[in-house]
Amino acid sequence: MRLTVRNQPDFWAGALFIGVGLAFGLGARHYPMGQASRMGAGYFPALLGLCLALLGLALAVQACRPAAPRASVRRPDWRVAGIVLGAVCLFAALLPVLGVLPSVFILVFVGSMAGHDFDWRVAALVGLGMMAFVWLVFIQGLGLVFPAGVLG
Amino acid sequence: MEWLDHLALGLSVALSLQNLSYCLLGCLLGTLIGVLPGIGPVPTIAMLLPITYVLPPESGLIMLAGIYYGAQYGGSTTAILVALPGETSSVVSVLDGYQMARAGRAGAALAIAALGSFFAGCVATVLLAAFAPLLAQVAFKFGPAEYFSLMVLGLLAAVVMASGSLLKAVAMTILGLALGMIGTDVNSGMPRFDLGFLKLQDGLDFAVVAMGIFGLAEIMANLEQRERRVRITDKVGPLYPNRKEFRESWPASVRGTFLGSILGILPGGGAVLSSFASYTLEKKMAREPERFGRGHPAGLAGPESANNAAAQTSFIPLLTLGIPGNAVTALMLGAMIIHDVQPGPRVMTAHPDVFWGLVVSMWVGNLMLVVLNLPLIGVWVKLLKLPYRVLFPAILVFCSIGVYSLDNSLFDVWTLAFFGAAGYLWTRLGCESAPLLLGLVLGQMMEENFRRALLLSRGDFTTFLTRPVSLSLLLVAAGLLALIAVPVIRRKRDEAFVEE
Repeated sequence: MRLTVRNQPDFWAGALFIGVGLAFGLGARHYPMGQASRMGAGYFPALLGLCLALLGLALAVQACRPAAPRASVRRPDWRVAGIVLGAVCLFAALLPVLGVLPSVFILVFVGSMAGHDFDWRVAALVGLGMMAFVWLVFIQGLGLVFPAGVLG
Repeated sequence: MEWLDHLALGLSVALSLQNLSYCLLGCLLGTLIGVLPGIGPVPTIAMLLPITYVLPPESGLIMLAGIYYGAQYGGSTTAILVALPGETSSVVSVLDGYQMARAGRAGAALAIAALGSFFAGCVATVLLAAFAPLLAQVAFKFGPAEYFSLMVLGLLAAVVMASGSLLKAVAMTILGLALGMIGTDVNSGMPRFDLGFLKLQDGLDFAVVAMGIFGLAEIMANLEQRERRVRITDKVGPLYPNRKEFRESWPASVRGTFLGSILGILPGGGAVLSSFASYTLEKKMAREPERFGRGHPAGLAGPESANNAAAQTSFIPLLTLGIPGNAVTALMLGAMIIHDVQPGPRVMTAHPDVFWGLVVSMWVGNLMLVVLNLPLIGVWVKLLKLPYRVLFPAILVFCSIGVYSLDNSLFDVWTLAFFGAAGYLWTRLGCESAPLLLGLVLGQMMEENFRRALLLSRGDFTTFLTRPVSLSLLLVAAGLLALIAVPVIRRKRDEAFVEE
């Protein structure tokens, strides 16, 4: 008899929980366990990791039962996810170099490309608007301090 | 008349010029994001957390609370006018509210929703003032074992009340608890799971995680769908309900208020569940149920009152037990900790100004919302035309800047991106983000109480079962789990969330 994964999302979620649970459980071994009456730093995390892995196992097994409802994972939209996350990472990378205002503009401009109705003029306008807003509210108004960057 | 003194103290705090303005700001912001689809109260509160650091605790909490109940008002406005619920809690308001608007009674529908919400807000405020001290009295007698069991019950109940797979939601809660372990162990001072990053020795900041899994992940989910053209009902019509509408809606408002108040106190209940429950109740009680879905005022008044009442009473467990019931109150709990207001029964005695100020501000805020929102409806309708391509880059900026300014740390911005990706992927696998946030916020507290309980019992695990209060809390938790296993109830639960 071949095992088939009938419920893909449940199966992969289960796999994820097993993985993270094991990581926490094994990671906790680096810390003193102690005993129930005097718990060390590793006791509770190890317990949580174990619970998580067991739940994950239950989920994964359930997903393979013949009675499990069939379901497949909807493919992630890599373009949208890549651009949105990329824009945020770019912001983190550029902030210490360019300073806050140029970084905000780039964040808005690059981030806007994730939309399906991207228009560089709209994106540039929103970027300038957000620069003004950040300057007015965050820097002047709330007095937040950002790295000056090479231009500042 | 002790409670009169409390109310007086609350009034003096809530009516100070500074707090009035933050309350107003919170309500306006809440309405704004309630009107705008694609952004809800959770990411907004997370984004504004860094700003509240500079405020005194009561002002910060008053503003954040205002966002939450303001969003309930705003969400219903769009539900009625354009059949586009701004928030999940106003999904049912579309059914009859939009039909009333199409029949030319948009103004009356808006007024019924606003007045119903206001009535609910008033009652819920009184309930909060009356029951919170009683509950706190009980909580004072709790030892670590009771607290641990209470948290187990709270987390489980939150999961049972939520939609989707129970197993996954429990796993997400535990994942949240595990992530809460990251950072320095309070007892031994040992850094745990820091992966070599110095920054992680302070633990994961829940605001960063919340902005990632609710802010960024939602942007990605929204961008996948094409924008829907919005048809806006231009004719709002007279703002006064006629006699028949009034007669049909007020009993529904009263019932909705009480239903919502009760469901709001339960962990995980909150605004969404109570609006669905109220709609079902009204339909069952109605003499002409066939009119529901065709613009029956009761189908609007009930759920609108219920969601607002629940939004407010969900603060009762937060303020008295220190247990958040949903993602919003979890963020509020985090905000309290940041401001050195230790959540739990002691809030009332140690920070009476914060507690009573917040309670009274909710009533004041509700009044502001009614007085301001009905005349401002035209403005909100115009905002609806704001395209998402302008909105989402702005959210990106608020998230990134907000996260950075929490601690002036670039590491937090990278963490934001990481949790954005993680949140996007696990929603794909049908896992919900809210239970994770609850777990993350409660992780440290839960470990603390678990350790202390077993220290007191010298390592005897039966301590959770031999102490009567702890036992009954665990029994209720087990009962909830058993309940959900009963096929009939399980089906009902699935039905209730189908429309979400």
